[in-house]
Amino acid sequence: MTETSLAAASDAPAEWVPVCGADDLIPNAGVCALLAGREVAIFYLPDAQPSLYAIDNHDPIGGANVLYRGIVGDLGGRLVVASPLYKQHFDLACGECLEEPERSVSVYPVRLAGDQVEVGSPCSISHT
Amino acid sequence: MDRQRLVVLGNGMVGHQFLVALADSGRADAFEVTVFGEEPRAAYDRVHLSEFFDGTSADELSLVQPGFYEAHGFTLRTSDPVAAIDPGARTVTNAAGETFGYDHLLLATGSYPFVPPLPGRDGDHCFVYRTIEDLEAITAGAADSEIGVVVGGGLLGLEAANALKHLGLQAHVVEFAPRLMAVQLDEGGGDMLRRKVEELGVGVHTGRNTREIVPGETRRYRMNFADGECLETDLIVFSAGIRPRDELARHAGLQVGERGGIVIDDQCRTSDPNIFAIGECALWGGRIFGLVAPGYQMAKVAAAQLLGEEGAFTGADMSTKLKLLGVDVASIGDAHAATKGSVCYTYQDQRAQVYKRIVVNAEGDRLLGAVLVGEAKDYGTLLQYCLNGIELPDHPDDLILPQRAGGGSLGLGPDKLPDTAQICSCHDVSKGAIVAAIDDGCTTIGALKSGTCAGTGCGGCVPLLKSLLDVELAKRGLEVNTDICEHFPHTRQELYHLVRVGGLRTFAELLAKHGRGRGCDICKPAVASILATCWNDYVLEAPHAPLQDTNDTFLANMQKDGTYSIVPRVPGGEITPEKLIVMGEVAKEFDLYTKITGAQRIDLFGARVEQLPDIWRRLVDAGLESGHAYAKALRTVKSCVGSTWCRYGVDDSVGLAIELENRYTGLRSPHKLKFAVSGCTRECAEAQGKDIGVIATEHGWNLYVCGNGGMKPRHADLCATALDKSTLITYVDRLLMFYVRTADRLQRTSVWLENLEGGLDYLRAVVIEDKLGIAAELEAEMGHVINTYECEWKKTVDDPERLKRFRRFVNSDAAETGLRYVRERGQRRPARETEGDKAEVGA
Repeated sequence: MTETSLAAASDAPAEWVPVCGADDLIPNAGVCALLAGREVAIFYLPDAQPSLYAIDNHDPIGGANVLYRGIVGDLGGRLVVASPLYKQHFDLACGECLEEPERSVSVYPVRLAGDQVEVGSPCSISHT
Repeated sequence: MDRQRLVVLGNGMVGHQFLVALADSGRADAFEVTVFGEEPRAAYDRVHLSEFFDGTSADELSLVQPGFYEAHGFTLRTSDPVAAIDPGARTVTNAAGETFGYDHLLLATGSYPFVPPLPGRDGDHCFVYRTIEDLEAITAGAADSEIGVVVGGGLLGLEAANALKHLGLQAHVVEFAPRLMAVQLDEGGGDMLRRKVEELGVGVHTGRNTREIVPGETRRYRMNFADGECLETDLIVFSAGIRPRDELARHAGLQVGERGGIVIDDQCRTSDPNIFAIGECALWGGRIFGLVAPGYQMAKVAAAQLLGEEGAFTGADMSTKLKLLGVDVASIGDAHAATKGSVCYTYQDQRAQVYKRIVVNAEGDRLLGAVLVGEAKDYGTLLQYCLNGIELPDHPDDLILPQRAGGGSLGLGPDKLPDTAQICSCHDVSKGAIVAAIDDGCTTIGALKSGTCAGTGCGGCVPLLKSLLDVELAKRGLEVNTDICEHFPHTRQELYHLVRVGGLRTFAELLAKHGRGRGCDICKPAVASILATCWNDYVLEAPHAPLQDTNDTFLANMQKDGTYSIVPRVPGGEITPEKLIVMGEVAKEFDLYTKITGAQRIDLFGARVEQLPDIWRRLVDAGLESGHAYAKALRTVKSCVGSTWCRYGVDDSVGLAIELENRYTGLRSPHKLKFAVSGCTRECAEAQGKDIGVIATEHGWNLYVCGNGGMKPRHADLCATALDKSTLITYVDRLLMFYVRTADRLQRTSVWLENLEGGLDYLRAVVIEDKLGIAAELEAEMGHVINTYECEWKKTVDDPERLKRFRRFVNSDAAETGLRYVRERGQRRPARETEGDKAEVGA
């Protein structure tokens, strides 16, 4: 795992923060990192392009910090995670909630730098 | 306006149905209703009276919804027989001499069992078969008897013989006519029935005219027949037909038939216009109708008359289909070919013991009647031909000849039926009503059943209902898409077979071969469950872990705040004090909210994901295992304390519950599975509301299947009776595996059975008779699951690689900060949004 893929966001963040090693990731599932008091859900899809996605871990509908424990998949061609609480789907690339777009979540730039996973500051503002 | 006084005499099935019709009209308050019943209890289901012997209680047989009489202001006087009617004064007088006035009187006094006037017929071990009290008396009488004789080989007589057999007696049937069920069957049908009944160990004595009953030499009684033969027995049940209860009407001067029965017109009025009569006491067109359906029709007509509405009773079809002593028997229309010029076709297979005859008109284009013995699956089709006068195919005998491979089906397509065709005879639902319900959005069998009641009586019409639904959906251009999701053009059942037959071991293999895209939260858990059932690999193995719902991933149940609850397995609800103490200590140490579940287990709430492994280690070390409360799998086998302690216990329900729970632990299924075992028919474990329910009886275990509590309660069906333990387990193995193979995703057994074509009969055929020849396969598949079971908690806490998954943050050991709790009744619970101030931070 030596690729250095960029996150979906185009604007480069001001600062990259290393959060974990590549071997801490779980293929086709999520882990959670704590960044300056915010919980970030990081998903690793080995055969997708890009392969890393990071969104807010807080489920705005269920009201709990659980999104990293959702099932990852695709719906109509969009990569999504399903909330483990009430099963709404959130787009991994843009944070949009497919069922209730007004309850979408923030996304973060994320990349693999060597063996390190790095997360940047959020590049879209949560709608909540 | 003054309310009119309406007095109802008789509170049997038909009398009760009249009250229901009145209540359903919404205008019952126009009447002041008083109901007199001579039995000590309100109306109950006499048709299913025999189930009393299978452990069905008097309460369960009741037809009366709790609060029904009160809600509609009806006064019910049980154990209060009326002694006289005075039509001139418009009063009735009860046995106690009290007099009640009426504006309208309804007679639903029913019938009584006819006992032939034989010398010796009133011995203390001579009974009749009509009321719950009769059955209780027979049960008591059977206790000191070994042989029982039923006088009368009709429909009820054979039921009574079955009941005696169930009570452990050696049963005989004595019939005056030359064959069994002489009213419904022709000679060939009667012969076939006799053969089958004799094979079941019931003695059949036809053409026997009993002359007298005298004290026996080897047994309590001896029955002497007119031909000089005799039969010794300990107990006698008379079931030689019914006679209308018309004595009150007769004494009141109402017109009665020569051979009994209160004469009524098409509006169910007697010769006194203020008095109606319905049901088995009524004589219409010179006939007494001894079935419940015509009685119900009369009840509707009489209620309509009182409400000033139209309606007429115009006779009733007396066709019947039933299972007697496990033998299918059906009779339709003119079964005896009494119609002038009629022609018969007969098919007989002595090896399979099947007899079928159809009676066709002289022109050969209309069906007049039919007799079926040993196999009655064509009943629905033949009845439709007969009732609706549908033109027969060129070769009518094709209708009863066996359908061999390549022959194609000759069943009657629902398209040919007129809208008036009655599809469900139990609830009188027409094709038109069903089509209307489909128009209103009932597009599944389940929805049609709850929307129209069709198929909820005997269930015999469900196959026809299904094909009608399919045809109507196709007509509307509705293709029912049964694909599980956008990733697989297959149903769950198809995926199951693709996995099993293709030997596919991972989701990726299945997706590459049969799907598209990446999968989703619908197909991934469904496939994970199928893989687990087929191969039983550890569910958190790398390729399987991302498929699981969070509950399966973390082997606990996620609660609203994202923490988990933990339910250790407590097989059968039996737990040692030592284990109980460990659970208490763990709950105390981790400050877990503790509650007893409805399934005789203990649920510990509020564990954070990173605490789970530590908690399990403590539990596993104490010998506790995962309870799979998080999985679509066997949850629990509830039990009562059974014969071990209970004064009334018949068998060891706890022992069996533990054995069943340990056997099926870890079986992944389309939805959760709940069992229960009761040690006697008091049914303290509520087994009849479970997917699998077992009840101990004197003769062995009774197996109930496909019940449900919860959102849509369903009373379980009695699948098999008097089983020994190993047979019981074999049936449960087969049934569960058949369910796992064929159910939809997230379909409980209750809904599965409702949608299973052929219903309970088909399920019995597969599970008990092995009709599909797959029993050995099903058992082997279950054997694999049982032999490869491992506790998932133990496996997880022993595997450092798996434990990584339970870290809350990949970059910090900090605990989550968002959890807020308040203390209530000595325990903590999640704070409500309005309680922000007094909440403590979870730790």
